[in-house]
Amino acid sequence: MAEIRVMRADAVPPDPPPRRHLISIRDLSRDDVERLLATARSFERSLEREMKKLPTLRGRTVVNLFYESSTRTSSSFELAAKRLSADTMSIKAAGSAVDKGESLKDTALTIGAYDPDVIVIRHPQIGAPQLVARFTSAHVVNAGDGKHQHPTQALLDLYTIQEEFGRVEGLHVAIVGDVLHSRVARSNVQALVLMGARVTLVGPPALLPRGIEALGCETSTDIAAIGAADVVYVLRMQRERMEEGANYVPSLREYTARWGVTPERLRPGQKVMHPGPMNRGVEIDGRVADAADALVETQVRAGLVVRMAVLYDLLTGGPVGVQAAAAVEVA
Amino acid sequence: MLFARDGRFDDLVIRGARVLDPTEGVDATLDVRTDAGIVTEIATKVDANGHRVVDGAGLILAPAFVDPHVHLRTPGREDEETILSGTRAAAAGGFCAILAMPNTEPVVDSAAVLGALVERARAEAEVPVGFLAAISKGQRGAELTEMVELADAGAAGFSDDGVPVASAGLMRRALQYVRVTGRRLALHCEEPTLSRGGHMHEGAVSAELGFAGYPSVAESLMVERDLALAAYEGEPIHLLHLSARESVEALEAARGAGVAATAEVTPHHLCLTDEAVRSLDSNVKMNPPLRAEEDRAALLDGLRNGNISAIASDHAPHARHEKEAPFEAAPFGVTGLETAFATLNTHLVAPGLVPLSTVLERMSAGPARAYGLEPPRVAVGAPANLVLLDPNASWRVQEEGFRSLSANSWLLGKTLRGKVRMTVANGRVVHEG
Repeated sequence: MAEIRVMRADAVPPDPPPRRHLISIRDLSRDDVERLLATARSFERSLEREMKKLPTLRGRTVVNLFYESSTRTSSSFELAAKRLSADTMSIKAAGSAVDKGESLKDTALTIGAYDPDVIVIRHPQIGAPQLVARFTSAHVVNAGDGKHQHPTQALLDLYTIQEEFGRVEGLHVAIVGDVLHSRVARSNVQALVLMGARVTLVGPPALLPRGIEALGCETSTDIAAIGAADVVYVLRMQRERMEEGANYVPSLREYTARWGVTPERLRPGQKVMHPGPMNRGVEIDGRVADAADALVETQVRAGLVVRMAVLYDLLTGGPVGVQAAAAVEVA
Repeated sequence: MLFARDGRFDDLVIRGARVLDPTEGVDATLDVRTDAGIVTEIATKVDANGHRVVDGAGLILAPAFVDPHVHLRTPGREDEETILSGTRAAAAGGFCAILAMPNTEPVVDSAAVLGALVERARAEAEVPVGFLAAISKGQRGAELTEMVELADAGAAGFSDDGVPVASAGLMRRALQYVRVTGRRLALHCEEPTLSRGGHMHEGAVSAELGFAGYPSVAESLMVERDLALAAYEGEPIHLLHLSARESVEALEAARGAGVAATAEVTPHHLCLTDEAVRSLDSNVKMNPPLRAEEDRAALLDGLRNGNISAIASDHAPHARHEKEAPFEAAPFGVTGLETAFATLNTHLVAPGLVPLSTVLERMSAGPARAYGLEPPRVAVGAPANLVLLDPNASWRVQEEGFRSLSANSWLLGKTLRGKVRMTVANGRVVHEG
């Protein structure tokens, strides 16, 4: 009879010490989100001072591991870490051992050998952050994994909406465009529903994933459905994800004609958001992008403080509201 | 059609087990004697007669299992499985016969490749193994293989498993020609333009996780096509690894109309749903994918009412480094030979979803009949193909316990109830545990 045997160390990981990650909005409670947004707000106040650097994470190391091109996310994570006085290291897939065929597991083990406190990862495949979490002892922050999740984007969007409206609960947000290929849409639906907003997804039939309503949102293929929303959130038309011959829509031209967000389709006072980078003239009319009601630059600024809050929260834990305030005092 | 290494018969007297053979209609505490590979006596008191005596008290003695769907990865990927390791795994799982799929490297599409496999099986197979040959050359779906020559060389049936026969015209020709061989076509039903790029069942879970979906209709559409062609040609078919409710409905309708179709289902499709994919564990990635609860319910119904007459492990070994990757990058397939009975006993029999006798029948006589093999029986005069089961023993599934060279099991770390204590294949004790 086979007896219990010693497992190879990496076969099934032993129960890890309590180590927190930010991988999916699904892992967060409403309290978690409120705590993170409050921390971000304290950091925003601290940044209004002349001396922008806080000593909070001195001696900590944050590694940015990016397998996909990114401007705003990678730069904002790097700056967030620097503003908190952490050491940062950025690794891009291009020009690294990844180019030589190294597996994600081996890259994770290599980086893990430096014992970083946080690994921020962006990867084109769903579940890459979990894999890194499994093979390293760092806190892992998902900066976008395939079409799955981009939780810091959703948090910065909540922050932006909260700053603009003073609340999220009870607002109506319409998310327009290529929901199927969008990790931003998935994270935002979960985050907005969690915080009590009403969400309507609008787009061409094949770009609204079957079964998405189970997340607690509505769907519509009629662009007029954006008319009732307080916020119109425009998704990037992900041309690079459109396989040849997939025929999600017959052409970008027809997409723009039917679902493009134009001044004519908005009513005065509706706020417009976009995660960037924008395809002006495709999913969003240039006049909409440049109008006063567009919150796109606010989103970018929010990205910095929200990512500071995430790094801070993961590395310090505890009652963050109090500690963040204390950190700001020290600074 | 089945090949194994030669070995000495073990003459046995198994005492006091609950003999349970649903086909023979036996369910009683009895002694069973085997001589020279044949069951020679079943009675309340059997003389030991110098035979090895096995204490069966508290255990179940049933016809050994037949697995109609195994990937032995030989030739080409002997790092993942060999005939030796795969048949040892089968023995540990209680199987007295397995059928291996031809999607190897190279594909089993010529008498030369098949002949080499038969030779190896005669040298090293612990448990009799049959080899299916491909329907189309290279499984490319363009030209039929030389089915008559392959059948003469020992092919147990024909399948392009792993890929569908996309062309309806070629499928019709295969149905017409296979009749000459007397073998069965085993069909992997998947409409490739609907499943393309899909990593999991299309539904609420894929919508949330962001995976490209592989919808149920990609399977059921092809099931309907193949049933229609089988009806038109009057030729029996066997449907591999059904996963969708609509496929089961189509099968039941066709069988009701007289089509000679059989079908199989895997333990994982009977026990799991697409909710399991939330773990992002690449060991729940398989083709066809895990589907919704209503699909699982339909598969259970089909299993109970006999429209689905076979349970198949679809044992699909993969190298560790290939599965230790993000879900989308990992290959499809999970192992299952060594855990099949315990999985079903734990998840279906214990909670009362399926009677034990049904599970035993669908793991033995059902799959044997689907391929025209003699069903294992606990009966005087029948070859000694027996499995001794402890339905109450618990054990923890661990990588180091596997005989298979691969460990891509969704059950790693889980505790199962039900253990195979002994497997007798063709009169030889091939496993004791």
